[in-house]
Amino acid sequence: MDKKRNMLLTAVCVVVLFGAACFAQFELDSYIRRIINLCLIYAIIGLSMNLTNGFAGQFSLGQAGFMAVGAYVVGIFTVPVELRENVFYAVPMNPLIADIEMPLWLALLVGGLLSALIAFLIGTPVLRLRGDYLAIATLGFSEIIRIIITNAQSFTNGALGIKDIPALNDVRYIYIATAVTFLFITALINSSYGRAFKAIREDEIAAEAMGINLFRHKCLAFMLSAFFAGIGGGLYGALLGTVDPKNFLFTLTYNFLLIIVLGGMGSITGSMLGAVIVTAGLEFLRIFDEPMALFGMDIPLFRPGFRMVIFSILLMVCVLFWRKGIMGTSEFTWDKFITFCKNPVKYCLGKGAK
Amino acid sequence: MSTILKTDRITMRFGGVTAVNELKLDIREHQIVALIGPNGAGKTTAFNMITGVYTPTSGDVMYTLPSGEAIKITGKRPSDIAKMGIARTFQNIRLFKDLSVYENVMIAKHLHLQSGFMSAALHLPWYNKEQKAMEQDVKELLQKVDLWDVREEKASSLPYGQQRRLEIVRALATGPRVLLLDEPAAGMNPKETEELTEFIRRIRDEYDLTIFMIEHHMDLVMEISDWIYVLDFGMEIAQGTPEEIQNNSRVIEAYLGVEEDA
Amino acid sequence: MDFFSEFFQAITNMSATSLAQHVVNGVSLGSLYALIAIGYTMVYGILLMINFAHGDIVMMACYFAFFGITVFHIPWYFTFIGVIIATALLGAVIERTAYRPLRDAPKNSVLISAIGASFLLENLANYLFSGRPLRFPDIPLLSSNIEVGDVQIQAICIVIPIMTFLSLWLLLHIVNHTKIGMAMRAVSKDYEIARVMGINIDRVISITFIIGSALAAIGAFMWGVRYPGITPMLGVMPGLKCFIAAVIGGIGNIKGAVIGGFILGLGEVFIVAFFPQLSGYRDAFAFIVLIIILFYKPTGLLGEKTTEKV
Repeated sequence: MDKKRNMLLTAVCVVVLFGAACFAQFELDSYIRRIINLCLIYAIIGLSMNLTNGFAGQFSLGQAGFMAVGAYVVGIFTVPVELRENVFYAVPMNPLIADIEMPLWLALLVGGLLSALIAFLIGTPVLRLRGDYLAIATLGFSEIIRIIITNAQSFTNGALGIKDIPALNDVRYIYIATAVTFLFITALINSSYGRAFKAIREDEIAAEAMGINLFRHKCLAFMLSAFFAGIGGGLYGALLGTVDPKNFLFTLTYNFLLIIVLGGMGSITGSMLGAVIVTAGLEFLRIFDEPMALFGMDIPLFRPGFRMVIFSILLMVCVLFWRKGIMGTSEFTWDKFITFCKNPVKYCLGKGAK
Repeated sequence: MSTILKTDRITMRFGGVTAVNELKLDIREHQIVALIGPNGAGKTTAFNMITGVYTPTSGDVMYTLPSGEAIKITGKRPSDIAKMGIARTFQNIRLFKDLSVYENVMIAKHLHLQSGFMSAALHLPWYNKEQKAMEQDVKELLQKVDLWDVREEKASSLPYGQQRRLEIVRALATGPRVLLLDEPAAGMNPKETEELTEFIRRIRDEYDLTIFMIEHHMDLVMEISDWIYVLDFGMEIAQGTPEEIQNNSRVIEAYLGVEEDA
Repeated sequence: MDFFSEFFQAITNMSATSLAQHVVNGVSLGSLYALIAIGYTMVYGILLMINFAHGDIVMMACYFAFFGITVFHIPWYFTFIGVIIATALLGAVIERTAYRPLRDAPKNSVLISAIGASFLLENLANYLFSGRPLRFPDIPLLSSNIEVGDVQIQAICIVIPIMTFLSLWLLLHIVNHTKIGMAMRAVSKDYEIARVMGINIDRVISITFIIGSALAAIGAFMWGVRYPGITPMLGVMPGLKCFIAAVIGGIGNIKGAVIGGFILGLGEVFIVAFFPQLSGYRDAFAFIVLIIILFYKPTGLLGEKTTEKV
């Protein structure tokens, strides 16, 4: 009974938010829409990162690399064939791919699948080993991806980047992608596979003794994570309208790290919340990069670069003093929400007592 | 009674140290067999070799399938061995601490899941059917062992005795034919030990298990075991029924030597 | 097939002079990697954590040297000593603020903190010193060319290996023959037992960071002379590569880190020398070696096999 009610509530929520997305699309200006879209895309990638780092407990730092794969597949295949000569003006596009054009959704899918394949190739040697090597290997890989992209000029236009990607600043489209990702990952985490991931996070030796094939499950989590990061990257490329190797520096991954740390490693709703706070926060922090005068006095600290200093301090503070983040490993659930609505005071007191 | 689990002169060396030396075990179906010996005798190492955590330096572990066919399981992955029907607990309780009691036991059901991750994520009908069956099994199991009321509690918040019991229940949930218990009574008082003795007997009969356990509580071992192996410095020094072991001079010697240290 | 024919062509075309040149370049790069890799391996040996900030410590040391010589006009040899002290302090401060509070926290939290520290240093450098590349001060004595036969060698290329081996010798002496070295070895063998035996763990860890950072400072100074562009991101790639060098040699093993450093340094230089068309991929070399090593010998060349206690 409760289960049915909760599913219904979730469905209603998804539909209402879609209405909100339509409203945003028609009524808000393009700058605000862009920020909303960025929030949604960051939520997809934050979720994907949480899948490996928060649920399966495997510390991966490859998100920027997987995003680059997705973004470049979108970049390469959605630029209209007739415009390609203009884009690839330095070195003509490789004839193998020069005539292939795809609709965005197909390119997104291809990008996601390619990311997953690459994740499989890296994961095979690395996931068998101690967890922290994965961090280095994935970080290194995401740099290698950039190196390859910069060098494979006839495919990627090298350091010049790809311009003229049909721009997608459509809240509805990106909202649907985010909602599908959210629902899929939630359902997976609540299935037997999700429990297996958590078991691996808690204790690998015990998980293996319970018949969970460590490598298979780690690889599955890693590949799914790469898949969604690829999709997110593709949307990111389409949102920007241009892709460039410099967009995908490994420091981009740190944004998502902050999202999942802030939201709570191992909480899906936490990642959603984290994505909104971090994206909006990063936009807001832009004021710190501009010189600012207060009562006629220049505030000396405010100049380019200050925003990122604050950002990195936030990350440090979060992990040093607030390790669980907003949600810890718990989730927003309708049950809790309803109990809360019925009697907010009692709910909070009960939580405090616990 | 036929043999279900056998080791053929398994040896484990770590660098220069021989932890277990040419150990031969023969465990018969439906029996409760105990492995005893002073600390550092290599008992847990033997367990680890049987369950695939270590690959023996030499020797083989043989397991008899329900069909009666005996196969070599040496060097197989722990997860594959668990799937074949050998489950275990750990000396220093290894529960999934931050997960609930219910989740701990549900995880143990994952190994028999047929559906792939896509059908699980999309909650396709055949997955839902499997999930329902798992839930039903776990509910019955937890009710039977008096853990149903605490199913929502975090595993680490249970009292020590219940944690030990939960670990056994979790191993049971994998649907084993052989259950390996590593010091199940460690840290328990006499009353808890007595309850545990009853519990082990009960699950053996109810689930038609073969039980192989490491234990230091001699009361428990002598009362419950059908057969006992005694290990010292990685070698078997005696085996026999509880009466035979109690009167074996080499065993007494090995244990007195330990008592002096303690 | 193309590759091989080009490879042989490259070898046959290569004169003894240019081969000698490549060897010298490879040895000096390898020595620099080795010096930095030691810091990674020592910290990992004791704390089982990747000190992500180590590469950025190298970067900060380069800026210290720039300020000492170019801005404050302190003679380079005094600056050199000053840089070592300042960098060692920086290492100790990072350990104290970013790692010590998390000593009993889950491993992933420590890793995140390390990443945070690294990111903070990069952003601070970007903010304080601007993102524009600065030029490492020119030290004529070190940067001038010496002619050995037909081969032109920069003086620093000879100084680097010598300094590296002097530092290594001193370090091994400290680790193997002093009381604090014994404590370090004890802590890296078994953290808990060492603590119970009354070793002051915090002190040992601080000293480990100080030594590692001092070596990084020596490396950074010579790095700056050899490759004079300083940017806030300078330490990232060398940092990653040096960690890989430590893994290749067997993490926790000082000699292993040195061997790993040389493998990477020589390998990189030779790849570019033999396959000029691959020079764009030189940074990828280390990661490919890492994947291969992890596949065939996960414990590294000199690493001990460890078994987790169950």
